[in-house]
Amino acid sequence: MSILTYIAGWPLLAALALVLVPRNYRVIIRVIAVLATLISAVLAVKMFAQFVPGAIGFQFEQQIPWATSLGISYHVGVDGLNVGLILMGAIVAFAAALCSWEIQTREKEFYILLLVMTGGILGAFASLDLFFFYFLHELALVPTFIMIGVWGRGEKKNYATFQITLYLSIGALIALIGLIALYLQSGANTFDMPKIIEHASTNPLSVNAQRFIFPLLLFGLGILVSLWPFHSWAPLGYGVAPSPTAMLHAGVLKKFGLYGLIRIALPLLPQGINSPVLSSTSVTRFFIGALPEHTQHWLLSLGWMDFLALLCVGNILYVGLVAMRQKDLNLLIGNSSVAHMGFIFLGIASLNLIGVTGAVLIMIAHGFLAALTFALSGYIYKQTGTLQISELGGFCRKLPFIGTALLMAAMAGCGLPGFANFVGEATVFFGAWKTFPTVTVIALWGALVIGGIYMTRAIRNILHGPLPEKWDSLADASDAWRKLPYALLLVCLLVFGFVPKLLTEKINPDVQKIVALATGNAVVAVEEGVPAANLVAKNK
Amino acid sequence: MLEISVISLSLVLMLADMFVPAERRRFIGYAAIAALGVLLVTSLSGNGSCGQFGTAFGGMFINDALSLFFKQLFIVAAILVLFMAAEFSDKLAEGSVAEYYSLILFALAGMLFAASANDFTMLFVSIELITITFYILVSFQRNKLQSLEAGVKYLILGALSSAFMVFGIALIWGTTGELNFNNLAQFLAKTPEVAASQIFFLGVLLVLVGLGFKIAAFPFQIWAPDVYQGAPTPTTAFLAIGSKAAGFVLLLRVLFTAVPSVTAHWANLLIIISGGTILYGNLCAIPQRNLKRLLGYSSIAHAGYLLLGVAALSASGQSALLYYLAGYVFTVMAAFFVITLVMRHLASEDISSLAGLHQRSPLLAAALTIAMVSLAGIPPLAGFFGKFLLLKAVVETAQLTNNHGYYCLAFTALIGVVLSLYYYFGVVRAIYWSKEAGNFSAIELSSPAKLSLWVCIAGIFWLGLFPNAVLNITQLAATALGK
Repeated sequence: MSILTYIAGWPLLAALALVLVPRNYRVIIRVIAVLATLISAVLAVKMFAQFVPGAIGFQFEQQIPWATSLGISYHVGVDGLNVGLILMGAIVAFAAALCSWEIQTREKEFYILLLVMTGGILGAFASLDLFFFYFLHELALVPTFIMIGVWGRGEKKNYATFQITLYLSIGALIALIGLIALYLQSGANTFDMPKIIEHASTNPLSVNAQRFIFPLLLFGLGILVSLWPFHSWAPLGYGVAPSPTAMLHAGVLKKFGLYGLIRIALPLLPQGINSPVLSSTSVTRFFIGALPEHTQHWLLSLGWMDFLALLCVGNILYVGLVAMRQKDLNLLIGNSSVAHMGFIFLGIASLNLIGVTGAVLIMIAHGFLAALTFALSGYIYKQTGTLQISELGGFCRKLPFIGTALLMAAMAGCGLPGFANFVGEATVFFGAWKTFPTVTVIALWGALVIGGIYMTRAIRNILHGPLPEKWDSLADASDAWRKLPYALLLVCLLVFGFVPKLLTEKINPDVQKIVALATGNAVVAVEEGVPAANLVAKNK
Repeated sequence: MLEISVISLSLVLMLADMFVPAERRRFIGYAAIAALGVLLVTSLSGNGSCGQFGTAFGGMFINDALSLFFKQLFIVAAILVLFMAAEFSDKLAEGSVAEYYSLILFALAGMLFAASANDFTMLFVSIELITITFYILVSFQRNKLQSLEAGVKYLILGALSSAFMVFGIALIWGTTGELNFNNLAQFLAKTPEVAASQIFFLGVLLVLVGLGFKIAAFPFQIWAPDVYQGAPTPTTAFLAIGSKAAGFVLLLRVLFTAVPSVTAHWANLLIIISGGTILYGNLCAIPQRNLKRLLGYSSIAHAGYLLLGVAALSASGQSALLYYLAGYVFTVMAAFFVITLVMRHLASEDISSLAGLHQRSPLLAAALTIAMVSLAGIPPLAGFFGKFLLLKAVVETAQLTNNHGYYCLAFTALIGVVLSLYYYFGVVRAIYWSKEAGNFSAIELSSPAKLSLWVCIAGIFWLGLFPNAVLNITQLAATALGK
């Protein structure tokens, strides 16, 4: 049995065990949930430490045939792309289980759903089989809806549940059609990703099929990642979600779509990626015929990656500006989380080694960061019953630990060096500069100025200033257990911020392979600025 | 032969009715279940005549992998319905339960014949055997107005559709002179001018109308919600599974064995029927508050999903259909079992009466939740893998034929799935999170009831998690059609 099976299996097993525990044994339920996620996290750290960077093929592989006639098998394994994501997912899940003390009603059901969600996400990231990849994601997605619908807070609960369910189900199902079409078109008659990629290297998919499948995957998976303009479910959903759910979804589950794009769409659909968005048919000419000549020309030459870069501007600039106007802390964090997705998309759109490596780095860093901020806002909500920024103030005096953690999270969010986010964002900007200079300038502005404004403003209004009298009874996280989840996530952010090599040396070799497949170059020129060459040389 | 055993069994039950005192007649059902269990085991082990493939009665009756699959499915369904009927017996008129059992077995015999029908006469006879038995089964609660109303509705519309079907068969016979499915296919291949004639088309179309009524496909679905709501719950369950599956096996035989040349031209018609059925069922289910009525609309929607497999016009589509039906048996049986047990002492069948079910009986709550989640098509349950196979088949055909209608159909199915999340989760919410104060007395379950619920739950998980064995069987059965 591969260690990956244990990492994803323990939470699922614990969920089954919880079904049998009577509901009034609250402490036991909680201990089982925390223990299961702790085991997962420890195993994930062990796996991360044992991972050999740059080794050929997948590590910790395991394959069990499942539906032989369709070519579906349970196949797990890690390479540089998902090893960090699994580590991040397992740690965030442990933190989320620790933060679940705020749930006071129907704990049993909540912990069961939380564990199913954890097992599903970790399994989806580990899965190397298209069917299980989707299957396990769906397994994790549905508990999200239930958790938001039942344990959500505020008046807009039903509306938000409705919207998030609708958006994410539709996104997942569109992606499913894309995956099925990919399976059928590849002609490999297997759902096994490495085999499909190998098969495609000799028999690439037809250009028409690629052009048709890529948008399905881009938009299907894009909706799951709150790609602008399909993002409106995210701030709303996170605003009402109980904080452990928001931590797991915004931190981990949302990365599934990005991971899917990098893992599946880039290497398998190189011509789909580079094909123009609008084909020059009579219909398109009819619609754009009235535009000036050079605009028409520009529109027709627009490739999918250019289009994606334009949508990123929506994520970074538009949603960033929306975040500036928010009066509710959770909505602010939710919007800023959508804005951060823009950087990752920009990294993917740049389609070069540095950009995609940066995208994977932000995926991991943002996982820790989103989990941390939602955990902190959950703590404040539990204490005050409101997240309206205007009603808060002066909290640093009453809540020194939580306040400091929030300050650090906000600084990480606007890309302060020292935190893992800075490394990722800087890498993405280096990578994207060559391909999309204008977009990169806008993104820089969005990251440094807009992000800086809303984060520091929130900090000023929440942590500083006079403390309203009604908050005299606030209590800080007192014992070590309460502090642990926040401290753990902060430590992760700092460790990867100071020693990004831990991640880059693992990510780099595998991203290089994917970028090579995506751009159609067997050998990718190693670009300046990133020590990829040294790493590759060292690993040989 | 299975059919003879089942018919004699039902006759024996009627005789036993005369000798067994009224208060113990409920246990006649267990004897019938045991007998059916023996038949199922024999058919599964391949002993007896079940394993012998071939035709009988001059080609009217066929035994192949497809009919064997459906026969086993029908017997499983009948066993579960008999368990349900035993639980339901106190709601039926005094002492009439043995009669109810034997009618279920008669309907089962009709379904077994339908599985083996290879001839239009056989098709009609088996359909009538099923339908006429169901007229009685639907209106069995003679003291309940709704049940009688449902019976009358079913009778009128059923008779009408039978009339259409007979007319269609007459037209087919008139133009071709053949009633046997295989002979008809050969005849059509030899004489393309007949195959292209309008009257022949009309005949096939009218037969499809009759079968469309049986499976509750749009636009012949109008009876389903009323009848589902009014009929006694075990009847509804059997109607939802047995009658629908019988309609599908006949539909498969007619479309793919008897008139394959016509079917190939009707891809767009099938796409429209399938898409329409999915949308109608799901959209109408949204506002429903009566649980049985909701399941009636949901069964229309599921007929639409099953038709995806027919519309795909491929072996993988047919195999997906069979797989979906296998999962559907356990799912729907679990749902109706819970309804029988929870609502037998209540006047209303409103969703709100499920409030607090998780405290009254965790097993019932879990079974209904699993059934709803499986119907909604969420992993790791049977419904998800079935829908996955159906979608895969549709996309496959879309790519092979380059017919854009299939893509539209796939997206319609997706919309249907998203819509259905709303009402299925409405039921789950009523079970666990309803705020209305309800009756919180614990529900006592008899051990046969517990057993059958566990069987349903195990079946749903088994088909969702370990599809390999059943998948091989369905693929084998689907190849039988092409021959």
